Amino acid sequence: MRIELVKRPQHSALFSALSPFIALALTLAAGAIMFLFLGKNPVEALYYFFIDPLREVWSLHELAVKAAPLILIAVGLSICYLSNNWNIGAEGQFILGAIAGSILPVMYPDFQSWIVLPLMLLMGIVGGAAYAAIPAFLKVRFNTNEILTSLMLVYVAQLFLDWIVRGPWRNPAGFNFPETQTFHSFAILPEIWPASGRAHWGFVFAIVAALVLWFVLSRTLKGFEVKVIGQSPRAGRFAGFSRNRMVIFAFLVSGALAGLAGISEVSGAIGQLRTTISPGYGFTAIIVAFLGRLNPLGIVAAGLVLALTYLGGEAAQISIGVTDKVARSFQGMLLFFVLACDMLIHYRIRIARPVRTAKAEGTAEEPAHA
Amino acid sequence: MGGVVGATLEDRAVPLLEARGLTKTFGTLTACDHIDLKIGRGEIHALLGENGAGKSTLVKMLFGALEPEEGDILWQGKPVAITSPREARRIGIGMVFQHFSLFDALTAAENIMLSLDDPAPAGAVTARARELSKAYGLPVDPDAHVGDLSVGERQRIEIIRCLLQNPDLIILDEPTSVLTPQEADKLFETLEKLKSEGRSILYISHRLEEVKRICDCATVLRQGRVVAECDPRKETASSLARMMVGDEVQPVVRDKPAAQREALLEIRNLHRKAGHPFATPLSGISLSVHGGEVLGIAGVAGNGQGEFFEAVSGEALQDQADVVRIRGKDAGRLDISGRRLMGAAFVPEERLGHAAAPAMTLSQNLLLSRYRTDARAFLSRLGIIRSALVAKAAKRVSDVMDVRKSGEDPEASALSGGNLQKFVIGRELDRQPLVMVVNQPTWGVDAGAAARIRQGLIDLAKSGSAVLVISQDLDELFEICDAIAVMHGGRLSAPIPIGKATYEKIGLLMGGAEPGQSAIPVAEAV
Repeated sequence: MRIELVKRPQHSALFSALSPFIALALTLAAGAIMFLFLGKNPVEALYYFFIDPLREVWSLHELAVKAAPLILIAVGLSICYLSNNWNIGAEGQFILGAIAGSILPVMYPDFQSWIVLPLMLLMGIVGGAAYAAIPAFLKVRFNTNEILTSLMLVYVAQLFLDWIVRGPWRNPAGFNFPETQTFHSFAILPEIWPASGRAHWGFVFAIVAALVLWFVLSRTLKGFEVKVIGQSPRAGRFAGFSRNRMVIFAFLVSGALAGLAGISEVSGAIGQLRTTISPGYGFTAIIVAFLGRLNPLGIVAAGLVLALTYLGGEAAQISIGVTDKVARSFQGMLLFFVLACDMLIHYRIRIARPVRTAKAEGTAEEPAHA
Repeated sequence: MGGVVGATLEDRAVPLLEARGLTKTFGTLTACDHIDLKIGRGEIHALLGENGAGKSTLVKMLFGALEPEEGDILWQGKPVAITSPREARRIGIGMVFQHFSLFDALTAAENIMLSLDDPAPAGAVTARARELSKAYGLPVDPDAHVGDLSVGERQRIEIIRCLLQNPDLIILDEPTSVLTPQEADKLFETLEKLKSEGRSILYISHRLEEVKRICDCATVLRQGRVVAECDPRKETASSLARMMVGDEVQPVVRDKPAAQREALLEIRNLHRKAGHPFATPLSGISLSVHGGEVLGIAGVAGNGQGEFFEAVSGEALQDQADVVRIRGKDAGRLDISGRRLMGAAFVPEERLGHAAAPAMTLSQNLLLSRYRTDARAFLSRLGIIRSALVAKAAKRVSDVMDVRKSGEDPEASALSGGNLQKFVIGRELDRQPLVMVVNQPTWGVDAGAAARIRQGLIDLAKSGSAVLVISQDLDELFEICDAIAVMHGGRLSAPIPIGKATYEKIGLLMGGAEPGQSAIPVAEAV
């Protein structure tokens, strides 16, 4: 028996919609096997991982807290990936946004006014965008590979945060803990419904960003430009779109949104800068972007799913005693299956009857072009 | 295999290759529907058909690249299963593809060695290649880098590569589509030689005159079926065309050249450096195209036509603004959108991936080249796309150009080559541009679609626009142009008015003969 992939004449709308769900199902199945090997009851483990966190209002708020940065970053990344710009450095842009946004409450704690919060958000946006501009500039000017440059800049950002929090910005009254002082009340991003839980306005930003970018991508010339350049660079040039301007645009938008996510996280969820402010949101958002099919509305749903793996990881740690690395493996498996299932959109699987010589590959002119 | 020369009389009774009821379907499309084919020994057998008639599919099954769903292949009277190209070569079938698979950076001999199923020492291969090239009149230097060779020479490498396997049957896919008339003549001599040795040739072409000239027998395909088997020498070109197309092809109607109007497209002394090692640099190209005129640029592929098109369209900018002038205004520093806004329209050679984004729908592809020129109609404020109006325009283009498609607004890649070409040409004609520049308007397009496209270009010129057509198809240029210039090695000859142009003259220029520099000043050319 031989399994063949046969190219579809048109991409399949059915599988475009179905592929994330198939991927989810496969992830759950693989996860069950993993729990089995860990010596846990898979049903119970999956319950604690994926159902338990959804049972109470406060934990739904936690879900929104975790989903907000994932969605914000991922919708920005969708612009990058749709236009063929492989920004892997959102984690760094998130951190730089957080640092830039924290300048006011940390360095000028006496400047207390309602204007502080909007300024902080703005500075966060600018910080993230400026950091993303570095790989964009390098790509445009020197044709460097943005995957490498943006990824390496993540480590630079992480170490810079570590240094600044341990060094110049350490809270003088903080008993030498590597933390800045806690933000004053004007610098705190408020909760949406303070009575019921911790979800802050970052989640609203995420939803608004997703709606706006969905509109831009599906209805406007700019969105059209993004897709043409991404799918078919030569046709993009023929259309008169500039590849270089698109590189800059995509990186700036995604950097700005990652920066906004960063400052929202520290001023909303944490309330100060620490050496670690993200459990890898910038990387997990890559999975979110692909699980959401690079469609901002899909990304909202995907962000909630991935946020659940964070919460589930914590819950499973407490209730059944597995390591929190399990959450990471779930995220990894999900990405793996999503990418694999995407193939079904353009190909269908056919099981062919046995053929005498299957050694046909390896010939020089396997003619794709007769 | 072997034994080619020793073909005896009784062998001749049994066809060398016989296909019975070969069928292949792709989804709902039956590409080949119970096709029967007999190729005798020492026969040049033509396979005729429009694009999409099933020629490629049939040939791929014979060469082992596709598996037939039904039917049998008999080789020298015995049924065989050809499961791979390697197997095909083993039993004695060789193939020369339309698009070569050669590495530019390697030498001819190295390319030949790479293709061998059984490795052989370099010296032996080179010697054998030299021998073959001498014996069959295929002059190629085995030590030359492929990147430096002409298209004709590259084809010879492919043929030598094929002959090294000592095949009994050689399949040639549109071999003359890239050759000058003189190069084609040389190829025909080689084919005659091969035939005289008792080898058979399956010759795929849509050039009817050629088929009439060299083929002993022809099988005509239409929509996946064999519609006729005939002796092409007893047919006329138009009767063959009728078999292929089914009904009479509309002849293109051309009036006398219109009265001279002002120059709408002028190019003065255009130079362009090669962007990559195998690109052709352009030097000193000048021309002007007037309103009401169709100017053709002939030339063998790879002589700078692509580079020239990019320079004219504005995909590549010029250093000086006055090198390219559109409607009397400098355009050399404007990008493609700027040039479109001045009234120019462009259709590049490659349909998929250049003229159109494959995974986008037709209406999106309409927007691709017209979002600037028709911004008022297609975009509202804030750059929001008016999809309904764009879709309406796409439908109008499809109706006018008779684009046949599967759905209301399918993706570009779902259309056949001819239909997509009609669409990308119609997309520009719909604008009534004052200057139209087209590269290879009918490459690989069936006769019906080609006639429609050519008529569209002529009608546009008649309405007062300037049309520049770059093409490798001389028949096409002679059919529609008022004057023809020839591009060779990145230089352009002076245009020859159609009344004075002959195939021989143009063919010599295509082969690199010195263009009659002093001949005719550009302005008076037409």
